[in-house]
Order: sequence, then structure tokens, then C-alpha cells
Amino acid sequence: MNNLLEVKNISKSYGDFKALNNVSLAIPNQSIFGLLGPNGAGKTTLIRIINQIIMPDQGEVLLDGEPLKPEHISQIGYLPEERGLYKNMKVGEQALYLAQLKGMSKSEAKKRLKYWFDKFDIGSWWDKKVQELSKGMAQKVQFIVTVMHQPKLLIFDEPFSGFDPINANLIKDEILQLKDEGATVIFSTHRMESVEELCDHIALIDKSNKILDGKLDDIKREFKTNSFQVGLQSENESLLKEQLENNFKISTATFKSLENDLKLNITLNNGDTSKELLQFLNQHAQVTHFTEIIPSASDLFIKAVQNNE
Amino acid sequence: MNKLSLIIKREFLAKVKNKSFIVMTILSPLLMVGMMALIVFLNVKNAEEIRTISYIDESHQLESIFKDSELTKYINLEKLGFEKAKEITLESYYGFVHIPKTDNLENLSKGIAFYSEDAPNLNVIQDLERKIEHKIRDLKIEKLHFDIEKIKEAETDVAIATETFAGEKSSKMGSVLKMIAGGAFGYLIFMFIIIYGTSVMRSVIEEKTSRIIEVIISSVKPFELMLGKILGNAFAGILQFIIWIISASLLTIAISAFFGVDLMGSSPSMQASQEMVGQMQQSATSDIQAMILEIKNLPLMTLFLSFIVYFFGGYLIYSSIYAAIGAAVDSETDTQQFMMPVMLPLIIAIYVGFGVIENPHGSIAVAFSIFPLTSPIVMLMRIPFGVPWWELLLSMALLLVTFIGIVWFAAKIYRVGILMYGKKPTYKDLYKWLKY
Repeated sequence: MNNLLEVKNISKSYGDFKALNNVSLAIPNQSIFGLLGPNGAGKTTLIRIINQIIMPDQGEVLLDGEPLKPEHISQIGYLPEERGLYKNMKVGEQALYLAQLKGMSKSEAKKRLKYWFDKFDIGSWWDKKVQELSKGMAQKVQFIVTVMHQPKLLIFDEPFSGFDPINANLIKDEILQLKDEGATVIFSTHRMESVEELCDHIALIDKSNKILDGKLDDIKREFKTNSFQVGLQSENESLLKEQLENNFKISTATFKSLENDLKLNITLNNGDTSKELLQFLNQHAQVTHFTEIIPSASDLFIKAVQNNE
Repeated sequence: MNKLSLIIKREFLAKVKNKSFIVMTILSPLLMVGMMALIVFLNVKNAEEIRTISYIDESHQLESIFKDSELTKYINLEKLGFEKAKEITLESYYGFVHIPKTDNLENLSKGIAFYSEDAPNLNVIQDLERKIEHKIRDLKIEKLHFDIEKIKEAETDVAIATETFAGEKSSKMGSVLKMIAGGAFGYLIFMFIIIYGTSVMRSVIEEKTSRIIEVIISSVKPFELMLGKILGNAFAGILQFIIWIISASLLTIAISAFFGVDLMGSSPSMQASQEMVGQMQQSATSDIQAMILEIKNLPLMTLFLSFIVYFFGGYLIYSSIYAAIGAAVDSETDTQQFMMPVMLPLIIAIYVGFGVIENPHGSIAVAFSIFPLTSPIVMLMRIPFGVPWWELLLSMALLLVTFIGIVWFAAKIYRVGILMYGKKPTYKDLYKWLKY
């Protein structure tokens, strides 16, 4: 089985409002899949459908090739964006309760919790009430209760909110380790730098429709414009600019460099390659800087959403 | 362990471990019994007070009514004159009765006045009025030259024995007992619904505001969570009522024993009239025997079984409505607009309940004891007076159907509402949610 989760032609409406329109996704086994989209695009609805919190109007979801069933709940771990814990309950009691609701036996849950509490070095919190914890501490507990039942599929909605950079890193490493141990992760966030760091695949949902889907690298390749950022030194900059303008599309660029050079973005004409550009540049100037412009995840996001307007 | 029982257990423990629950459970019986004791104590104290009332009877026709009794002494101040008598009374007596001079019996009743420092005790005035009325009547009879003794002989006490066609004997005391039994059960259900329905609602709101709700319902169905919450709270409530009943009865026994001894030891008037006490005890024991007989006559089994049916039926219907309200709003302050329509049938039921005591088989009583939103309270108040089987069955069947309908409806609103934040919903929104 290549795909752990397959979402097939899901539609969902709330009254007159269409939250999802015929959305299909395939989430490869043991990957980190970024589910992106502007606020209100329908991500949360899709995630809730996968968690069987709400039912789709049309379409089906397959987990491991089987249509979703109530028993699958124990194979999914979900960290919602709107999350919290019972404020008056003790941390340990609460974690045990949530583990048992996921179908673990009490003794097994205790064992797993001990492992995680030791790992995060928070064993002393067991008898504390949640209201005594800071927000970051509570988030750690929340992360533990999401992953403790060793689910095949993990769904994190903005997992880093509420964490300081140190703890955010800690959680990021845990997510990567869980993936290495065999888990598949769906990761929904607005922080594009973490998408860049973590995701193998992404899908972009905007206005209830999927508008982009695939391997992050492939999409970047698709979205790149054959543009290069260059730094040039020449006796006669205006002549150089003129020559370049005659052959390529150019615009001013800003980047840091040691030299007081001419900084340009140069876009190739169709059919040209970087080799021809470099040859041209070498003939007319001294090249101090040369990089291909690869769109960032953030660029992809903005471009795709703008194209969808 | 089954998920539903896990939820019930958590909700039960969360409720029972709550400080306000513990305080309420312990303090309420103490407060209740304390109040009762205070009332009894004040009554006893009040009754023990000896009052002295001064009087001037210028007509000289009513002097014979001013006879000293155990708790009231009378002093004739005629020699001092009206003004002086008033002054002295203000200083040292409870009150002053002035009867103006007149020969006409008709006018006699009109000019009598009572002066006192504060507004007088109603019982004192009523007692005086009764005595004066009797005396004037006797005087009038005398004036007509009738023989008072003979007229007194002609008076008879009548007590009508009542019996139903089925041969059941009933008595006034029986009716009182029926009122108490029905009323107590009806009120119990009313209180339980309000206290624990609200508690279910709070608990739903708490899950919403603490944002744990989405974590929970990714593991269990919303309906399971709602049901677990309702049942967990019900068990906590039953536990509380059991504790209340046991501790209140223990306390009552303890306090009455304490007071009983105390009263006997300190009240000389009681010791003085041993004979009277003996008689009272005799009549009291026969009263108690009669009461036990009456209690045996109540349809106890029916009452008990229907209490259980109506208790659970009523509680489940109302608490699922409360749960839906809790799910629909973000905070308790937003609940008002939805609370009123829920409280209304309950309050009507209690009012109709008063009427039931007067006329247990009137058409209003019958209608409201069949209407499912009021039947848990009204029917229980009627049952001690005897209710035909078909009415009882119809009422229970309707209760069951309504219960299923309302729980279905509440579960739908609950399911959607728990994930809605921000906007305060209108009834129109709730209607839309039903179709999601």
C-alpha cells in the first residue's frame, strides 16, 4: 500500500455554504504532508472529516485502503488548532482518561505515558492541575496525549503555536522521529518556513477547492520562472544594462554582497538555458554572484492563491 | 473499558470532587434542619411569653371575658381613667383594650379599640374578637329571652366520613398525606431537573471554553459524550440526594431528641398539667396509628415505580435540552434567551401542581399530567389521589416518545454547536444546524 490515506471526491456543505468541493488527496505512507490554505479555505473541515468528527456529504476516505470506520479512531492522533485540557483535572489523570478514550488499556496507557513524561522530563507534573501549568507546558502535555497511542496517522494543526523556539524545535524533532518510526503526518500550518523544513508533499486548498497538490520539489520546479539573481561588475554599468535589456528581461534585485556591484534579476527567454546566460555575462562583465531563483513555499502559496482569484 | 462508562465515571468524579458540590452536600442538610430547629425554637419561645393586657370596660357588659389564662393576664384599669391607663400600659403592659360606654348591644361591637406600642400579634386580636363576639351573641340571646343552655344543647359537631365507590375510606388527614407525598415527589423532580440540568449545561460550556471538546470528540461520538455527561451528573445528583435524606433524617432525630429533653426539663407549665400531656399523648398515638394506616392506603408501589419512570424521563428530556443550550453558546451569560422557554413548562407544572391538590381530577390537572413536558411533576402529584391506568400509560408513552424526539434533536444541535465559536446563535441558526 503506497498511500496510507486517500481522500476521494469529498464534498461538504453547511447550509448554503460549500466548505469543500470535490476534494481528492492521496497521502503517501510515512511522509509529512503539508495541508495548506488561507483561513476559512476548508482545511479544518477536511481534517474533521478524516477524524470522523463530521460526515462528508459526498465522497469517501480510505485509511490503509479501507473506508473509515469507528475503529480507526485508535489509529489516528489529532492535535486540533482549537485545543485545550480540562483545567481542574490533574495532568496524569487527564492523560490516562484521554488515552483510554483512544482505546488503550489503563496499564498500557500508564507505561506509554511514563515513557513520554520521562522523555520530556516532566514527570513531576503528573499530580499538577492543568490550570497550574503555563501555556507552553500545557501544549507539551497536549502533544503527548496526541501521540501516546502510537497512531499510524498523525494530524497536527498549527502544532508549534504556544511554544517558544526551543520547545518548537523539540516538537519538530519529535515529529521527524515519529515519521522515521513509521508514522504518516498531516501537517497544517501558516508558518511557511516549517513547511519548507518538514514537508515532503503539500496540497493547497483555497475557497473549498484543491488548487495545488504534489511533491514540494516538483511544485517548485513547476513554479520556477527560469530567473537568476546575479551580481556584476563592469566599467560601464549603463551600457551593460542596455545590452542585457536587449536580450533578456531584467529587473533590479536586492541582496547583500561585499562588492558595490550591479544587482539584477534576469529572466531567460524561452528555450534559453543558464549556460547561455553565463556565457553572455562572462563576455561583458565580471560575475560576482549567480543563483537560480527557486520559489519558496511562501511564494508558491501566494502565487497559487492569487492565480485562483 | 467501554467509552461511555469511562465518560460517565469522569463526569461523576469531576462533579463529586468539586468543592461547591461537597460544600452543598454537607451544608444543605445542616441548613435545612437548622432552619427547622430555629422555627420550632422561636415558636416555643413565642408561646411561652406571658402577656399582660390592661382594659377599661365602660359599658360593664363584657368584663366576664377578661379571665386570666395561662399565657395572658388581664388588669382592670378603670379607676385610672382612659389617658392614665394608656400611659401606664405603654410603660409596662402588652396592650390596652378600651370598650366605650353604651347601652345598645349593636353599638357595643363598634367602638372597641386596642392600643399597643407596636402592631399587635394577630392571634391576640383574633382571640379577643372571638371572645367578644361570643359574649355579645350570648347577651343578645339573653335579651331575646332564650335559654342559652338549651341553644348550646342544640348544637352538634358533624364529621362526614368520606368513602370512594371502590370502598376506600378517606379522611382529611389522608388528603393531607396525599398532598405531601405527591408534592414532595413533584418538587424533588423539579429541583433535580433545575440543579442538575444546569450543571450539565455548565459542564458542556466548560468543555467548549477550555477547547478540549475537539480533542474528545476525535475519540468518541458527540452523542456518547453528551449521554455520558448527562448520566454522570445524574448519578452525582442521586448520591447527593441520598446523602441529604440520610443526614437530614439523622440530624432531625438528633435535634428533636435534644430539644425534647430540653423542653421537658425547663417548662414548668407542662409538668403542671401532666394529665393534659397524657391525654395529648394518647390522641397523638392514635393519630400516628391513623397516619400509618393512611400511608398504607397510598398506592405506594405505583408511586415509587412512576417516580422512577418520571424522574429519569423528565431529567433526561430536560438535561439534553440543557446540554444543547450549553453547546450552542460560548459562555453562561449567553444562555438567558434559551433558558426562559425551558423554565416555562417547569414553572407552569409547579403552579398546576398547586391546583392538583385542590382538584386532582380536573381537566387542567389531567391535561398537564399527560403533556410530556409537565407530566413528570404534575402526574406525580396526582398519583397519590388515584389515577386511571390508561391515563398513566398514555402519559408514560408520550413521555417516552418525547424523550426520544428531544434527545435526537438535542444531539443534533449539540453535535454542531460544540464546534461553533464566536457568534451568538439565534433560533434560526439552531434550526439550520438541524440540517447539517
